[in-house]
Amino acid sequence: MWPNFPLFPDAASSVAREVDALYLGWLAISLFFSLLIGALIVVFFMKYRRRAWRRFGSTADIKTLPVEVTWSVIPLVIALSMFAWGAKVFFDQMRPPADAVGFYGVAKQWMWKFQHPEGVREINALHVPVGQPIQITLTSEDVIHSLFIPAFRVKTDVLPGRYTTLWFEATKPGEYHLFCTEYCGTEHSRMIGTVYALAPEDYETWLATGRTGVPLRVSGGELFGRFACDTCHRMERATPELPARGPSLAGLFGTEVELVGGGTVTADETYLRRSILEPQAHVVAGWQPIMPTFKGQMSEEQLNALVDYVKSLPAGTQTADEDGAPGAAGESPASNAG
Amino acid sequence: MSTSAATALPEPNYLSAGWTLRSWLLTKDHKRIAILYMVSVTLFFVLGGVFAFLARLELLTPAGDMVTADVYNRLFTMHGVIMVFFFLIPSVPAVLGNFLVPLMIGAKDLAFPRINLLSWYLFMIGGTITVAAILLGGVDTGWTFYTPYSTVYSNSHVVLTVIGVFINGFSSILTGLNFIVTIHRMRAPGLTWFRLPLFIWAHYATSLIMILGTPVVAITLLLVAVERLLHLGIFDPALGGDPVLFQHLFWFYSHPAVYIMILPSMGVVSELIAAFARKKVFGYHFVAFASIAIAILGFLVWGHHLFVSGQSTYAGLVFSVLSMLVAIPSAVKVFNWTATLHQGSISRETPMLYALGFIGLFTIGGLTGVMLATTGIDVHVHDTYFVVAHFHYIMVGGAIMGYLGGLHYWWPKITGRLYPRFWSKISALLVFIGFNLTFFPQFILGYLGMPRRYWSYPEEFQVLNVLSTAGATILGVGYVFPLVYLLYSLRRGAAAGDNPWGAAGLEWETTSPPPTFNFEHEPVVTGGPYDFTNVKEALFDE
Repeated sequence: MWPNFPLFPDAASSVAREVDALYLGWLAISLFFSLLIGALIVVFFMKYRRRAWRRFGSTADIKTLPVEVTWSVIPLVIALSMFAWGAKVFFDQMRPPADAVGFYGVAKQWMWKFQHPEGVREINALHVPVGQPIQITLTSEDVIHSLFIPAFRVKTDVLPGRYTTLWFEATKPGEYHLFCTEYCGTEHSRMIGTVYALAPEDYETWLATGRTGVPLRVSGGELFGRFACDTCHRMERATPELPARGPSLAGLFGTEVELVGGGTVTADETYLRRSILEPQAHVVAGWQPIMPTFKGQMSEEQLNALVDYVKSLPAGTQTADEDGAPGAAGESPASNAG
Repeated sequence: MSTSAATALPEPNYLSAGWTLRSWLLTKDHKRIAILYMVSVTLFFVLGGVFAFLARLELLTPAGDMVTADVYNRLFTMHGVIMVFFFLIPSVPAVLGNFLVPLMIGAKDLAFPRINLLSWYLFMIGGTITVAAILLGGVDTGWTFYTPYSTVYSNSHVVLTVIGVFINGFSSILTGLNFIVTIHRMRAPGLTWFRLPLFIWAHYATSLIMILGTPVVAITLLLVAVERLLHLGIFDPALGGDPVLFQHLFWFYSHPAVYIMILPSMGVVSELIAAFARKKVFGYHFVAFASIAIAILGFLVWGHHLFVSGQSTYAGLVFSVLSMLVAIPSAVKVFNWTATLHQGSISRETPMLYALGFIGLFTIGGLTGVMLATTGIDVHVHDTYFVVAHFHYIMVGGAIMGYLGGLHYWWPKITGRLYPRFWSKISALLVFIGFNLTFFPQFILGYLGMPRRYWSYPEEFQVLNVLSTAGATILGVGYVFPLVYLLYSLRRGAAAGDNPWGAAGLEWETTSPPPTFNFEHEPVVTGGPYDFTNVKEALFDE
């Protein structure tokens, strides 16, 4: 009648088994204490039933302190140990390995839009290669959503106006549910999709067959020219006659940026995004706060492409030319794509 | 016993003090106000229950086919709003607490009788506004009102609903204030702090949360209304606001609010266990201080609702470890109750069945709560049915079991009447079985990955959902029973006498129902609580 009646989810990512072990550990502890309490209640309920010869409970004065300390300390030790174990798993869930490939995702009522680094776009579907860590940088166009892939045991809220990230490494080819888990309105339960984890060669085939797309960092380079970012962020092209009016972005990503008025900030995706939309929020030390805001002028997808482009600039890069082709000097960012 | 002779109640009593509508609506008697609350929270409970049952019916099949998605979203939202704000938060404190706090401490009334009546009116005004919002078409944000959905995107009666909840909050604040002043100032001679029943300690702790936490949620909901009406950027990033700020403010109250719901029931359970084991509660001081510890620590754990909200990993860890700490006083309570049973004289009356059910279900609810506080697990089960199951084990398995247990325990005191014991035991059993069948499958569903607030779902989740709906049906029947036999007892129940259970405590030393000013002579207390040596005239000893 119901051919498909699972009681435990598929485990298909590098962290899934870790989460399951932690869960089963807690389950064992919970079972032990529930059964202990349950059994004691049943035994006492039977054994000390009120009788004519036992109309009152014992009034013996028992020293409670040693008992109380014992049954406070034991749960405390267990809870703190489980906290530490949980924290270890949490770090593994939250921290992507250095070689994670960057995907982008945009959520809106009520669909998921994903973009591969190669530029291929998908809606409510996500094809990923098995064995390759993938980090998805996510944002929302409207309300808060949450991206959840049960088989991978990962989840993150997706917020409007900022980036959050989710990383996973699929370990088993297959098709897995992808859910929105933050209530987001009428069609919340239809904001679902499928993750297709493919063997690496199948993934290459999938990418190669009829998918078109300009690699993000290339389209980002075009946008860099179109929005005239390079008139100020001139980088290597700055000359004494035509000095740069904004800091060089080459090799910026991942560094600590010194700010006007002291303090530093790490140049991550969120920083890049914020600097484009709210340039006055973090002004780089040594520069004037003259950059205009680009809020409302570009779509989330364009913003993602620009961020990806800036991320891809190695130290010593020249910016893209006006026609959008990658700069000639230094390593061409486009050649990294794929 | 012969019914005709046994139906005469002692006169004068607070019920016979007046029969007119005016004598009820303008009463300053804490016992009558408790009755007003009892009637109103029961109506809200029925309303919230109907919404829940309709939602469960929709979930019988994977496809969304009984109601539309919009209707379903309104059903679970209004179920949550009504149950949390208009049933769970007021149920034990405003009904049983109102009735019993003065009686248990030997006082004539609460410190501020007029404010007590005012708080019922505020409750009713807030409730009426919320019901009006429902009748106009309802609200679809979830009871959590997350922004910017609630402030910008929802096409439902958000403002009206939050105004209702806002006003209701003041009712809660005033009740808390009244309890704190009463407990400080109006204890009978000789009733020192450590002679107080644990019910009083629990209500004291609850009142602290009501006073300190409720203003925060009131302000937060006001800000939601302000942003929605005036488009001031507070939470919506498009207007320069911060959507996660709302979650911090909301949970700063709403996590402690969980303890507003469960602490009074814990107080009830302490009374029941002592009375029906005829034994002093084991580790009295530890149980008392556990209530206070829960109230204080409860304010430091809100961030465990935000592990996957983009909150920093380290903030998540701090909230995780603090949440683990709240589990300790809760565990201490469970161990102490269980130890109280040891060498007790255990009666099998209905209130005791509820109390024992409470301990079992609260243990499961608490343990799964600590699992959720474990960051590595929460990432997976956050916002799934695992969370739904967990908090229903605390709210329904805990808070409502405590309320029903307390209601069955003090009903003879409140009404002067006995209810049919057989049917009440059957109903306690139905509630226990129905509850577990409803919510246990949801733990499995949650770990499988079924998100909460889903109108339709993948078909492999159907079997567990069918079990859950079947359980909800049994649970519903279990709840209808007391509604029937308790009302029946009002007319046909035998007179209970002052102390039918052979319990200890000042409330059992006056008549049932008590006179308007509770005691003929101000009682003088000479010993600690739960002293059964002078217990007389128990109706139901084996």
